Formats: sequence, structure tokens, C-alpha cells
Amino acid sequence: MTDAEENGMDNILAAERVRKEFGGLIAVNDVDFVIPRGGIVSLIGPNGAGKTTFFNILTGVYKPTSGGVVFEETLISGLAPHLVTGLGMARTFQNIRLFHNMTALENVMVAMHSRIKGGIWRSIFRTPALKREEEDARARARELLEFSGLRRKDYEFAKNLSYGDQRRLEVARALATEPKLLLLDEPTAGMNPEETANFTSFVSKLRAEEDITVLLIEHDMRVVMGISDRVTVLDYGEKIAEGAPKEVQHDERVIEAYLGTQATA
Amino acid sequence: MSNQVSGQAPPEPRGQRSLPASEWRASWRRFRREHPRSRWIFPFVAVALAFSYPWWGLEGPLASIFNDGLGIDSDTLFNIAIYVMLALGLNVVVGYAGLLDLGYVAFFALGAYTLGWFGSGLFSNRSVHFLDTNASELPGIHLSFWVVLILAGIICAIAGVIIGWPTLRLRGDYLAIVTLGFGEIIPDVFRNGDDIFGHNLTNGVRGVTLMDRPGFGGTISDATGGVLPERYGSIELRPWYFTVLALMLITIFVNLRLRDSKMGRAWIAVREDEVAASAMGVPLMRTKLWAYAIGAIFGGFAGAIYGSFINGIFPTSFSFQISVIVLVMVIVGGMGNIWGVIAGATLVSWLNFIGLTKIGDWINDGIPGTSNDINISKYKFGIFGALLVLMMLFRPEGLIPSARRKAEFAEGEGTATLYDARA
Repeated sequence: MTDAEENGMDNILAAERVRKEFGGLIAVNDVDFVIPRGGIVSLIGPNGAGKTTFFNILTGVYKPTSGGVVFEETLISGLAPHLVTGLGMARTFQNIRLFHNMTALENVMVAMHSRIKGGIWRSIFRTPALKREEEDARARARELLEFSGLRRKDYEFAKNLSYGDQRRLEVARALATEPKLLLLDEPTAGMNPEETANFTSFVSKLRAEEDITVLLIEHDMRVVMGISDRVTVLDYGEKIAEGAPKEVQHDERVIEAYLGTQATA
Repeated sequence: MSNQVSGQAPPEPRGQRSLPASEWRASWRRFRREHPRSRWIFPFVAVALAFSYPWWGLEGPLASIFNDGLGIDSDTLFNIAIYVMLALGLNVVVGYAGLLDLGYVAFFALGAYTLGWFGSGLFSNRSVHFLDTNASELPGIHLSFWVVLILAGIICAIAGVIIGWPTLRLRGDYLAIVTLGFGEIIPDVFRNGDDIFGHNLTNGVRGVTLMDRPGFGGTISDATGGVLPERYGSIELRPWYFTVLALMLITIFVNLRLRDSKMGRAWIAVREDEVAASAMGVPLMRTKLWAYAIGAIFGGFAGAIYGSFINGIFPTSFSFQISVIVLVMVIVGGMGNIWGVIAGATLVSWLNFIGLTKIGDWINDGIPGTSNDINISKYKFGIFGALLVLMMLFRPEGLIPSARRKAEFAEGEGTATLYDARA
């Protein structure tokens, strides 16, 4: 990858020398990282490699110790998560974090928070404009649920949904924020092969139909190799490889990181 | 034939008994589905009963039960209504946004003192009158009570934001402790407010007395034939009660509207999972501050009219007890459910004001021959404590829980095991 490409206008997100330390532990060590617009990029690495920490820096949960993240020409490192979401970045969580005692429909509607106006006064007096807005939001939420494969689950409490449906609802909820970039943190964890295959095609559909760029953290190599344009490998907080799936697959350092070698064992 | 019937009889009653009940419930559900407006029947009846209470509860044949038996006279009635309003205000903070606030009395006090500032003779070196019902030569600042009411709401909302700004960054128990502190600090500020850089702002422990009363003035009073009184009296207490009921209806209305709005959803989302809510675009601070401010507004309304009703405000009237009792009302009734909170507030405030004394009397009269002087209300807090413990044991979701809260508590029983066997 050339410098021109890396700094080009066509990157939806660029992270530069991002570093995160927790006390003495360096969780993310000066990582440079870009996501080209319209791509599906995967972030992989062994457990504890710093993937989720890096993810949390991108979405504003953590402020990096040093370095910066630029999303669509806005410096977002250090911004509160809801502002990052407002700019058009949405995420799912590794350990599903739905609003368990809200219905599927409500979950999705919460995520429209930054997209609908609905001020306090207008809510109290329920103006015609607000009514229309609420109805539109509800209709759009239904559409999203259907699009995500959750037909007829509108009024189910999130916690009563099956595991696969909860994962789908997380994605539907993230989509409701109208993201340009969707960050999925181990979305197929705990899914059976059939669910995983469905999910993979769903992500491809997202890019094709909704024009959404995707960053994926994933353990399942079939998923990663199947749909990614590019794969970045982290190990001990450092980027050890980057490139097309095939290249990365045969990279010595990657194999070493995943399988270990005589020397490190 | 008869033999055959008796032979079949044993299994039948069980089936027959349960069938009509389930059928009745199913048809009721169908009715509610087909007529969505029918859900307003019960609230409408309740409101009508509440408004007409002075006619059927204080007078007439039922008065012997309600006025004399239960002790709900016009004074108690007013106090119950005030506490229902406080509970509804706290419900926004605790029930919807899930912020444990142990210092809610601060806003009640601030509302009352707002009346002290803008509707009493406290600042006797000034004489400002605006649409008030007093003689114009009376010294002090006297704005129309309705203006003071709105001011109380505004001042409390601002105070809510000021108090909330540093404290709402904390979560759970920490927030509770800090709000507890504020609940203690604010009455103390009023206690020591008689010499703030040489200014007497609160009259200290002596309190503020001779408060302005609500009223509509002569013109409106004459035009309505006295239905809207010129100035609320101290003998005729019905207008006071109706005013609090009207404010209560406004509170309920706002509660309902906000619950079903973008803000209401955000409150519940924040309560459920802050990290996920903020990742979905919900601004945490602003959302919590709104809950705090709106809760504070209703506390302020209640404080202002309460101060006027008892015609005097003292720092000692706003103790920590009030915060706790209002919280107990919300919990006993069912957090997050308006009808539950109203029921809880009515029950607990009745017990608080007169109920325990009455129950004591019943026991004393009912047990013949003994010394007959058990003073139940002396053990008020022990009883409330026991009530709370029993509620938590047997019905933690409250008397009339919201569907969501019910689900939450069911979750606590069913799935929150030490480890998940399915994992």
C-alpha cells in the first residue's frame, strides 16, 4: 500500500499512530490504520491482541493516550461516543449489549436518537410535525427489523429473542443510527455455521444495498477470508500484517502469532 | 341419567370454574385491542372520583367511612395530593431514568422558598406587587401566585441542572450518596441563609411566614360567579385541593407524553445500559439532566403550593424523611408506572399522615380490657421499613408495576444465576 493511497480522500477513516496505555500495559502500540470507503475491512488477532481496545478508541469509548483518529475529515479521538455516532459511525458489541427490557422496535428507535428532532416541548404538546416524525421513525424501524431478518419480532422484549436474533437486532439497531461506517465486534461469535453463513451474506448485502463501509473484528477465519477486502492483524497491540486475505494468510508473522513457534513457545 | 351425571361431576367443576375467568380475561383483552381508547376508562374514573371526593368523601353517607373512619379530611386530602405530585416528579428521575435520588426534598424546599422570595413579606424593605391578591400597601415582593408557581418550576429546573452537572457523572450508589448530601445541604443553606453577606434571604430558623395565597382576583372571580375564587381561604380548602389536583393532572400528562417520546426511550435506554445508549447516539449527560430538571420542576410546583397552604416555611419542614418517604411511595407503587406510583403515593401518604394513627385507634378500641394505648404512629419508620422489606421480598416490582419493570424483576429471579448453564 502506497502513501498516496493511505492519505487519499477515499478513506472513510484514518487512524494515525494510535496508542493506548492502561497503566504500564500498552494495549495498542502506535497503530496506523485506514478504512477505504465502501470496503469491508477485518481486524483479526489472537485473544488479548488489543482488537476491542482499538475498536473502543475508534468509537470514542476510550480516548487514545496519543495519536489521532480522523473520520470523514473530523478528528474524532476524544469525542464522546454519541457525537461519533452522530457523525455516522455505528457499532455492535462483542458481548451483546441490547436494551434487554425494551422491545425490538424500541431498541431500534432508541438508536434513531441523533436522527430525529423531537424536542421536549414538542413531545409534551405532541405537535403534528412530531407525530409525523414519530410515525416515520416507527415505520423505518419496522423496515430495518425486516431488513435484518426480524420480521414479526417488533414487540418481543430483546432478552426473549434467540441468540442469533439478538445479534441481528444489534446490527439493526446500529443501522438505525444511519451509519456510513459500521463496526462489528465479533458478530458471529456463538453462531452455528448456518447462522454464520447467513450473517456473512447479510454483511455483503449491507455493502451492496446500503452502501455502508464495514469494519469487522472476527475470529472465524472463514468469515474473514470470505468477505474481507483487506485484513489487518494485531498482536500484542501492534500491527503485524496488513493486506489482502490471501497475503495475510500466508504471512509468517501471522502464522507465528496464531500458532506460536518453537522459539516463542 | 342422574347416576351418570354424578359420575362425571367430579372433574367438571375445576374446568367450569377456570373457563369463565380465562374467557372473561380473553374477551377483555380483545375489547382493549379493538378499542384502544378503552384504556382511558380506569384513569378517567379515578380522576373523576378524585375531583368529586369533597362531595362524596367529606360529606354525605360515605363521609362516615372516608372522612371519619379513614381520617381523610380536607387537610389530609391536600397533603396526599401534594405527595402524589412529588412521587410523580420523582418517578421521572427514579422510575424512568433509573437515577437513584435520595435528595429530592431539596427541590420541594426550593419551590417553597421561591414562594418565600416572590410571594411573602420576607423582603420587607421593598414593595413590589404584580397581579397579587394582597393589599397594595403590604411590604415585600408579591407576585401573582401563578407567576411564582412558574418561577418555582424554572428555579428548580435550573437548580436541578446545577446539582446534576457534577453529580450525574456518577453511577448507582455513588449518585445516591451525593444526592443524599445535597438533600441535606439545601435545607441547611436555608437554615443559615439569614445572613448571606449581610442579606437576609431565608430568615433562618425562624422561617418565612404569612405567605401569599393563590387567587384569581376580583374580576375573574365575579365573571365566573365565584367558581374561581378571588383569594383562597383558610376555611374553605376545596380550591387548594383542586389546584393540586390540576397540577397533578399536568404532571401525569407530562409524564405520559415524555414516556412515549424520544426522551422517554432514551431514559430507559440509559437506565438499561449507559455504554450501549451512548454508542447509539444518546447523549448521556443531557438525557440525565433532563430527567433531573423535569423531576425538579414538579418538586418545585409542589413546594410552592405547599408553602402557601401551610402559610409558613421552615428549614426543619424539609427533612431527609420526605425524600425517603417519597422514594418509598415510588417503590411501593411500582417504579415507572404512573398509576402504580399514584396508588403507592396515596397509600403511603395516607399511612404517614393519619392511617397509622387510625389503625392504632382501631387496635386500641378493638382489643377489650388491655391498656389500650398502643401508639402505632410512633413506630412509623419501623413500619415503613418493614413494609419496604416485605415489598422487596414478595413484590419487588411494586403494587402496579409497568410491564417493563415486571420483566426486569423476573429476569432477576430467572436468569441471573451465578453461572449460565446454557453457556
